Amino acid sequence: MTSTAAPAQVPRRRSLFGSASLHGGWRSAFWFLLPALVGFVAFYLYPALRGLYISFTDWNLIANRGSWVGTDNYDRLFNDRQVWESLKITFKYTVINIASQTVLAIAIAVLMDRLTKSVTIRGILLLPWLIPNVIVALLWVWMLDGNLGIVNDFLGLFGMDPVRFFTDTGKVIPSLAGINTWRHMGYTALLIFAGLQTIPRSLYEAAAVDGATERQMFRDITIPLLRPILALVLVITIVGSLQVFDTVFVATGGFGGQPGGPANASRVIYLYIYQNAFDFNQLGYAATISVLLVAILLTVTFLQLKLLRAGESDLA
Amino acid sequence: MSATALDDGLTPPSAAAPPPSARLRKRGIGRAAAWAFMIAILVISVFPFWWALRTGLSTNGQLFAGEQSLLPVGYTDNNFERVLGTASEEEILESLGRQNTGSFDFLQSLKVSVIVSTAVTIGQVAFSAMAAYAFARLRFRGRDKLFFLFLSGLMIPPIFTLIPNLVLVKNLGWLNSYPGIIAPFFFMTPFAVFFLRQFFLGISREVEEAALLDGAGHFRTFFGIIVPMSAAPLATLSILTYITAWNEFLWPLVVARDPARQPLTVALGQFTAQQPGTSPDWSGLMAGTLLAALPIIVIFLAFGRKVVDSIGFSGIK
Repeated sequence: MTSTAAPAQVPRRRSLFGSASLHGGWRSAFWFLLPALVGFVAFYLYPALRGLYISFTDWNLIANRGSWVGTDNYDRLFNDRQVWESLKITFKYTVINIASQTVLAIAIAVLMDRLTKSVTIRGILLLPWLIPNVIVALLWVWMLDGNLGIVNDFLGLFGMDPVRFFTDTGKVIPSLAGINTWRHMGYTALLIFAGLQTIPRSLYEAAAVDGATERQMFRDITIPLLRPILALVLVITIVGSLQVFDTVFVATGGFGGQPGGPANASRVIYLYIYQNAFDFNQLGYAATISVLLVAILLTVTFLQLKLLRAGESDLA
Repeated sequence: MSATALDDGLTPPSAAAPPPSARLRKRGIGRAAAWAFMIAILVISVFPFWWALRTGLSTNGQLFAGEQSLLPVGYTDNNFERVLGTASEEEILESLGRQNTGSFDFLQSLKVSVIVSTAVTIGQVAFSAMAAYAFARLRFRGRDKLFFLFLSGLMIPPIFTLIPNLVLVKNLGWLNSYPGIIAPFFFMTPFAVFFLRQFFLGISREVEEAALLDGAGHFRTFFGIIVPMSAAPLATLSILTYITAWNEFLWPLVVARDPARQPLTVALGQFTAQQPGTSPDWSGLMAGTLLAALPIIVIFLAFGRKVVDSIGFSGIK
C-alpha cells in the first residue's frame, strides 16, 4: 500500500455520500461498511460475547432467559464424564477421518499432477464435496445398510460376512469417518494439487539429471516443499473434522435410531452440545461446553501452525 | 531440458537411466497403474449418485427381495412422482408396497431452499463486496484494526454463536420465519470480505482514480467501475455462497421447527428420522435425495469450471 499523500484538490461535493476526495475517510467509508458492520456486530461480535455470558447462567430456551450462576456450569463441565467421552469419540473420528482423507488426497493430487490437468476430472473429484452433508449421509446409509446395502454384497464377493456399519458400536465411528473421507478427499486433493503447482519444475529436472527415482523425488522434494500448504490443509480439515455434526445426526438418527447411537457410541461433542441445548433445555451448560470446544479448536490451530511452521517454506 | 519434458512422462530421460526398452516398459506400467487408481477414485466418486438413481427408479418390493442388479429392479418412476406429490393412491401402493407413513412437502421445502439461498447470496455478496472495497481502497482511521477484527470472526466456530443467535432471533420473534433463517448469513461472512478484498487490492488504481478525479463519487466508482471489473470473482463467490447456503443444516434445524419453513436439508433429515427401522422407504428416500441434490448438480454442470478454479489458496492464504 502506498503512503504517498493524496494530491491536493479542490473540494468537491458531487456525491451524496461524502466528498470525492481520493481516500474519503470515515464519511464515505461509513456507508460502504454499514451493512457488513451491522451483520458483524449482530451475528458475530455480540453473540460471541453473549455466548460467554450465557455460559455463566442457567439459560432456559422456553423462558428465553437465565440468571447468573457463577462458575457452576464450569464445575459441572469438569465433572461431566459425558463431555470427556464425547471428546474421545470426536478425536477418534478425527484421527480416522484425517488420516484416510489426507493420504488419499496426497495420492490423488500427486498422480493428477503427473497424469492430467483435466477440468472434467477435477470437477468429478469435487462433486461429493458440493453435495449437502444430509444427502451424502443418506446415500451412504443406504449403500452401507446391514441387510440390503450394496457394500455388503460387494464384500460378500470376497467371502466377508455382512458388516453392521451403523448398528455395531465399534463400527459406527469408522463408518462415519469413511463417509466424510469420501466427501472430502477430492476437495482436499484439489487444495494439495494447487500447492503442487507452486513447486518449481526445475527442481525435479535437476533431480532427474542426478538419477533420482520417483520415490526419492517425492520424499525429498514434494513433501518438504509442500509442507506449508499441507499444514494449512491440515488445519482446515482437522478443525472441520472436530466439528462434525450433520452426518452423525442424520446417519444415526434415522430409521428408528437415536442421533449419536447406537448406545451413544457416536455422540460427538457437537451433538452433545446440541442435545444439552435443545433436548435437555440447558442452554447455559451447552454454551459452557462450546467455550471448551472453542478453546480446543484454537489450541489445535495454534499448535499445528507452530509445529508445522506453516509460515516458512523450505524453498530457500 | 525443457520445462515441459516432465509433464507428460513419469521418468524423464537421464544419463543414469536403464536402457530405453526397459525404461519405457517400466514407465508404461507405472502410468497404467496410476491411471487405474485415478479411475477407481473417479468411479467411487460418482457411483453413489448412480446407485441413488437406480434405487429411486426401483420398487421397494423388489429392493427388499435383495436383488442387486446395477440397473433398477422393477423399474418405475412412481417414486419421483410420490416425492413431488403427484402420485395417486394406487401408484403409491405399487412403488412403496404399503400405505404411505411419513411424508413431507417437497415442493414447499424446495421453495424455502430457493428463497433462502437466493436471499443469502444476494445480500452476502453485495454487502461483503462493499465492505471489501472500503478495506481495500478507502482510507479511514482504524481500518486495519477493523479488518483484523472481521477476520478474527473466521476463528469463531458456528456452534459458539448458534446459541446466542437463536436467543436473539427468538427475542426478535423470528423463529419459523424467513428473516430468522436468512439473517445471520445475510450481511457478511469474514471469508467473503477477505476473498473480495484480496481481489480488489489487485485492481489497478489508475482507472479508478481517473473516475474519481472526473468527479464520480465513491459509490459511482464502485458500482460503475469496480463491480464490472470484478465480475468473475463475484460470480465465483456467488456460486460458492449459494451452494453453502443450500447445504446449511444446523441453523435452519434449530430455527425452523415448522415444516412449512424447513429447507430441503432439514426436511429430508426429519423425514429420515420418521422412517421405521424395518423396511424403510428406500426408493422414495433415494428419489427425494437425488431431487434435493439436483439444483446443486445443475449449477455445477453450468459453472463447474469457475468452482474448480476457485479451489486453491487465493482465498485462504
